[in-house]
Amino acid sequence: MKTQNQKAWFFVLPVLLLVAFNALIPIMTVVNYSVQETFGNNLFFWEGLGWFEKLLHSDRFYSALGRQFFFTGMILAIEVPLGIIIALSMPKQGFWVPVCLVTMALPMLIPWNVVGAMWNIFTLPDIGLLGYFLNHVLGVSYDMTQDPTAAWATIIIMDVWHWTSLVVLLSYAGLVSIPDAYYQAAKIDGASNWAVFRFIQIPKMKNVLTIAILLRFMDSFNIYTEPFVLTGGGPGNSTTLLSIDLVKIALGQFDLGPAAAMSLIYFAITLLVSWVFYTLMMKDD
Amino acid sequence: MKKRYFIPLIYILFLMLPIYWLVTMSFKTTGEILSGFSLFPQDFTLQNYRVIFTDPTWYWGYINSISYVTLNSAISIAVALPAAYAFSRYRFLGDKQLFFWLLTNRMAPAAVFALPFFQLYSAVGLFDTHLGVALAHTLFNVPLAVWILEGFMRGVPKELDETAYVDGYSFPRFFVKIFLPNIKAGVGVAAFFCFMFSWVELLLAKTLTAVEAKPIAAIMTKTASSAGYELGLLAAAGTLTIIPGAIVIYFVRNYIAKGFAMGRV
Repeated sequence: MKTQNQKAWFFVLPVLLLVAFNALIPIMTVVNYSVQETFGNNLFFWEGLGWFEKLLHSDRFYSALGRQFFFTGMILAIEVPLGIIIALSMPKQGFWVPVCLVTMALPMLIPWNVVGAMWNIFTLPDIGLLGYFLNHVLGVSYDMTQDPTAAWATIIIMDVWHWTSLVVLLSYAGLVSIPDAYYQAAKIDGASNWAVFRFIQIPKMKNVLTIAILLRFMDSFNIYTEPFVLTGGGPGNSTTLLSIDLVKIALGQFDLGPAAAMSLIYFAITLLVSWVFYTLMMKDD
Repeated sequence: MKKRYFIPLIYILFLMLPIYWLVTMSFKTTGEILSGFSLFPQDFTLQNYRVIFTDPTWYWGYINSISYVTLNSAISIAVALPAAYAFSRYRFLGDKQLFFWLLTNRMAPAAVFALPFFQLYSAVGLFDTHLGVALAHTLFNVPLAVWILEGFMRGVPKELDETAYVDGYSFPRFFVKIFLPNIKAGVGVAAFFCFMFSWVELLLAKTLTAVEAKPIAAIMTKTASSAGYELGLLAAAGTLTIIPGAIVIYFVRNYIAKGFAMGRV
């Protein structure tokens, strides 16, 4: 049992100060901008909730938000089942385990804009490996910079390439923690593969899967660098996710008020969805 | 070989293809790249790497990145250790709320923080310093480090603490001499994840630097656009950014999976 001890606050103090510096001050800055209008020269005028109102009636915001949700939905729908399938079929011990783990984790350690640049080189229509293969071997017409469908397919496949391993590693960690006795008992009972999966493996993987889904949700919902480097939001606006649009408004056009209002709504949505996920998945405990 | 091993095998092949293409490109001359498609370099060259290792703007990018990443991991672990200990051992007023608040910082979109961070770090004179980027990255690394370390610390029985006090150990001596060796693996895993997320993040690192502390990844983007279409050079620089991660991952390969499995939730 944990003991009640208020002095524990002293242990937490360094973290508290650091995070307060990094989170509270910037958030307050954002809140401050979100209710003001500026014309440069450090002149600010009170705007009230005007920016929020405008934003909530703007089509541009909703379509960017829609694209962001579509992207995250696709990512979760592909990466989670795929990650579980791969983890289930991995060897449990022996020489190949570390080989699998190291090679699978590699994409996660590549800087995000290098990932974008790498996929750009990989998919160039005439000189990239994938682009050449699709265009000249399979005869499919593929050009990410012209065709929105191709651009979407490419950013989704890129993210599957980049992050499925996280789901694999976490599910695998859950799987290897299952004692052999469970499997033997299931065998004696004559349980089918599906029953083993449903009643032994899934419950044992539940905790790590929750972490995996939460992390994948947060990171894919906040994704910026990779799709920006790969498509720049194009062709047209077809892959302009919410984050890309936000940076465009904040750092490109320097429209501080609208960008700040957008930031707050963006952050609120991330928090809300994460919280709902978390409570739903933990409900059974 | 069992049939089902084909699934991980195909997956790993899929992972390796773009990396293979990047590495191949880095050994080609720009002329060869633009002239057409070839699976292997026809005219093998090390020129791209020579440029990077002789031009200070390039190799300083690597030194900058490695400096702030190391600094960030050290700071994150140092402040996360006592906090994780408090969360794993004591109940105190507002502990659950504090823990959730810490995690929310992991959820904040970096795009939201870019501009206010720029202003904040300029105001306190940390703009364009390694320390500045390292501190900025603690925003998402400290919560993660606390989370992982707390999981490992909970696995250490409380009796260990009590025995040490009975034996007359002071708290700092107990923490360093007895407790830390017990959660060595946890510290390794936490340091690995701090390294990883600081190494791959670019938006904040780019926003907070101009010349002195500019990360390699940012130099890459800038050079790629200003020097025309130097694909070979870009590929060589990209290849070099994969190496530190590969080295680190090799050392912690046995702990990565375990690290998350032991975390809270």
